[in-house]
Amino acid sequence: MTESTYRIQGETGEWEVVIGLEVHAQVTSNAKLFSGAATAFGAEPNSQVSLIDAAMPGMLPTPNQECIRQAVRTGMAIGAVINKWSRFDRKNYFYADLPQGYQISQLFHPLVGEGQIDISLDDKDPEANVKTIGIERIHVEQDAGKLMHDQHPTRSYVDLNRAGVALMEIVSKPDMRSPQEAGAYLSKLRAILRYVGSCDGNMDQGSMRADVNVSVRKPGAEFGTRTETKNVNSVRFVMQTVEIEARRQVEVLEAGGKIVQETRLFDPDKGETRSMRSKEDAHDYRYFPDPDLLPLELDDAFLEECRASLPELPDAKRRRYEQELGLSAYNAATLTADADTARWFEALLAEGARIQKKGENEVARASANWLLSDLYGALNRLGKDLDTSPVSPEQGAELLALAADGTLSGPLAKQVFEIMLETGDAAGKIVEERGLKQTSDTGAIEAVIAEVLAKNPGQLEQYRGGKEALFGFFVGQTMKAMAGKANPAVVNELLKKALAG
Amino acid sequence: MSVDTATVKKVASLARIAISDADAERLAPELNNILGWIEQLGEVDTSSVEPMTAVIPNKLRLREDVVTEGNQRDAVLQNAPQGEHGFFTVPKVVE
Amino acid sequence: MSDITELGVAELRDGIRTGKFSAREVADAFIVKVSQGKALNAFIVETPEHALAAAKAADEAIAKGEPLKPLSGVPLGMKDLFATKGVQTTAASHMLEGFKPVYESTVSQKLWDAGAGMLGKLNLDQFAMGSSNETSYFGNVISPWRRGGGDNAPLAPGGSSGGSSSAISARLVPGATGTDTGGSIRQPAAFTGIAGIKPTYGRCSRYGIVAFASSLDQAGPMARDVRDCAILLENMAGFDPKDSTSLNLPVPNWEEALSGDLTGKKIGIPAEYLIDGTPTEIAKLWEAGIAWVKDAGAEVIEVSLPHTKYALPTYYIIAPAEASSNLARYDGVRYGLRELADGQNLQDMYAATRAAGFGPEVQRRILIGTYVLSAGFYDAYFTKAQKVRTLIAQDFENAFSMCDLLLTPTAPSSAFALGEKSADPLAMYLNDVFTVPASLAGLPAMSVPAGLDAGGLPLGLQIIGRPLDEQGVLNAGLAIEQRAGFAARPEQWW
Repeated sequence: MTESTYRIQGETGEWEVVIGLEVHAQVTSNAKLFSGAATAFGAEPNSQVSLIDAAMPGMLPTPNQECIRQAVRTGMAIGAVINKWSRFDRKNYFYADLPQGYQISQLFHPLVGEGQIDISLDDKDPEANVKTIGIERIHVEQDAGKLMHDQHPTRSYVDLNRAGVALMEIVSKPDMRSPQEAGAYLSKLRAILRYVGSCDGNMDQGSMRADVNVSVRKPGAEFGTRTETKNVNSVRFVMQTVEIEARRQVEVLEAGGKIVQETRLFDPDKGETRSMRSKEDAHDYRYFPDPDLLPLELDDAFLEECRASLPELPDAKRRRYEQELGLSAYNAATLTADADTARWFEALLAEGARIQKKGENEVARASANWLLSDLYGALNRLGKDLDTSPVSPEQGAELLALAADGTLSGPLAKQVFEIMLETGDAAGKIVEERGLKQTSDTGAIEAVIAEVLAKNPGQLEQYRGGKEALFGFFVGQTMKAMAGKANPAVVNELLKKALAG
Repeated sequence: MSVDTATVKKVASLARIAISDADAERLAPELNNILGWIEQLGEVDTSSVEPMTAVIPNKLRLREDVVTEGNQRDAVLQNAPQGEHGFFTVPKVVE
Repeated sequence: MSDITELGVAELRDGIRTGKFSAREVADAFIVKVSQGKALNAFIVETPEHALAAAKAADEAIAKGEPLKPLSGVPLGMKDLFATKGVQTTAASHMLEGFKPVYESTVSQKLWDAGAGMLGKLNLDQFAMGSSNETSYFGNVISPWRRGGGDNAPLAPGGSSGGSSSAISARLVPGATGTDTGGSIRQPAAFTGIAGIKPTYGRCSRYGIVAFASSLDQAGPMARDVRDCAILLENMAGFDPKDSTSLNLPVPNWEEALSGDLTGKKIGIPAEYLIDGTPTEIAKLWEAGIAWVKDAGAEVIEVSLPHTKYALPTYYIIAPAEASSNLARYDGVRYGLRELADGQNLQDMYAATRAAGFGPEVQRRILIGTYVLSAGFYDAYFTKAQKVRTLIAQDFENAFSMCDLLLTPTAPSSAFALGEKSADPLAMYLNDVFTVPASLAGLPAMSVPAGLDAGGLPLGLQIIGRPLDEQGVLNAGLAIEQRAGFAARPEQWW
């Protein structure tokens, strides 16, 4: 573990920032945590509301197995203690987005106990600067509904579609010391959730949001009083919140003020955090065990299934890519940072190995390079991502195979790839139809070389007079005359002979 | 523990029940009387006792992850004191 | 047939089945009785059309020679705590006045599925909080009973299932549903000379029952005798996946296995139930009960339930705490009452709505419950109460290692006059002193009418059984019923 050197320069000297994150992640499930209503995003208002979600008199909660299972798998993925005995508690407060007048959550006995996440602070070398961030707990709870304030001059509108959707609250220890660490932690957590498949991680749809706890202290001093900035919904905003809030606290303290433990709101437009006093009045949540639900007891078979269904996780995958596939540390890290990317890469790899009849380790480097430079470059240019890529992993593998077996030269492969992006056609088909096959026909190449030499007597003379740098000129002229289809190795060899006279 | 009118008001506010000063005056001795009676539980030695969790031994069942309810907006809104455009409505909340 | 309304559930069921009378005749007869019984204020809503529809279905089935259902054509009263689809469901509160659920409670649905019909929604203590039926927003229920000697003071029918007890006792309905959180079936049954059983917690689904205290609430039947209770309970109980606390067990054939022979049974008499101030008549009746069960073949032993005196204070922490949370949903947003003055904000609306929608007793319990859960008091009150609750349950477990059933009085007094105890909440709470312990332990318990006091008012005896031993409880109830020969009934004044 490396000590962070992030410091805020105040008038009275350096300050250290202490950060803990409480991340709310929507559990991927068809139905809600305690009702059979759907969870899909973007439905018509109040169309995904059960009588339980609307808290009709006499309605009772029944827990959804999948939500519990996904939270357990998430816990396992961060090496956490899974509590075989947990239970649900009620958190009581009144708000228009909370139909029951309480949120069913887990305070006293959470489903998942302590775990940890390793974050890397060096992109180029992921193992060089690793820090372990402790996880305090993960518990399962209900989401609230949504209020809309801009539809009517004097009324707020209540939509309960989200009410009762399952959330995991993932609570970190106050182990982070810089905005970068907070950002890296959130990105890594998001990656793990997506690998596990327990949360889609779509922060812009609210599937994941963070409450950011920030305090400052003189290095080595006791923890300061913290504030909690609620519902920050992107990695960038979390980093900004930390920076802005820590700076604000330093200013308050250096002006002789005190930090009030309070809930705050981040305003990205104004670049500030501000107090949410409206929600501050006398919080006393009166937690107690929900008498409508029995204790949640998990058996070994259930836990075994959860463990067995866990995929390879990002760190393990990254190490494997380096050690077994021979990828660079940077490429391995980039390819495994996101579950979708890794999945795409592995499909490319599997297909490549299959059609080239080689080991995955033999096709890995070319595949990684192509994906990270050629494909990413093209997707960037087109404003697309892997999900919407016009070229599938299978098509990419075919292209790479044609390059590997010499059918396509480097330039030809790039040309074919451009056509694939435009037409969606397979590489083989394009090569066939457009005759873009590389030729190693020495007779044909010799004939062209002869022509080139004949057309450029001046250069030939210079070359033969010792200006060997002109070799590249002759290569270029030959390739151009052959529309790029000549095998460069053969061209090189034959040119050398011809030029030597 | 003794409950004064300020405490009664605080508790009523937590419970979101509007009470007048006169109500609070009346309720304070009443609640004190009840709470005083309840506090006889202090006599019981519970140092080695676990709080009851389930009255009858029973295991929490988990249901399948299947959508069984929804698309019933009218039924959900049918008894609402106020609603429009498919929403419940409340006095405007300033956040 | 002289008067159909003199008959109980079993006789009505059998009479319809054998063609002694039609289901329509039964429905008509009770509908008339209900309409004549308004002075009792037992009903909040009358639903003759519902009873008639069930009667029609029964008569048509008979005409077509189709098989009848277990309760075909039997009309019942439904405590207005059970959600009934399209029929106003209020929990006797202003808060839910006019609320028509779009759903049916599991228990009521089971009864309709069994062919029963509904005569109406029965009055109760508001949100089932009360022991006298004086907390209903729709007015007090009056007991059909009166003290002898020209004392015409209106008496309490008990509570919270006071509409049920009053209507059954006055022969307005042959049977009814009740719910019991701390005695709300047994105490009103005792006050009005009828039978009622609270089954083991989890036997009857709580789905669609307006919640009071979730860890205690249980539905159960009330009727004139033990057999009718057995029949109704068979058609109310059963596993329901919609209630996480529902027991996944088959429903026994309680009626079929009814037997007043208690040979081989050991019945425990808990010494702690003889409390100071118990009227001698009640002590005497208890003695009589002991003699009856001995006569039925049981062996009687003395047992101890040492934490009995702590049951009521424990109950008055747990029940209000759960209620304070269960009743938070009544906020004027999605259904029910909304009070909103000009210029008021959301939180003002909550406070005004809840002040206007909840009666004084409900407010009192919400305040107590909020207080005992609030910061700094949770462990001292709520956790402590849950620990004492464990001890109370252990008392019963220990007792049941020595005996099969317990016999106690149901209530510490006979019915009191309306207004007699309503000024003193604690005095009212003490009414449930004998019924609350079994509720805290989730045990099956029933009250059977066993005699009259000097004023001519009914007294009940309570039988408490092991978890799931409703049969044992019913059988002991039957043995007492057979020997007590309780035939008294209120004289009609309404």
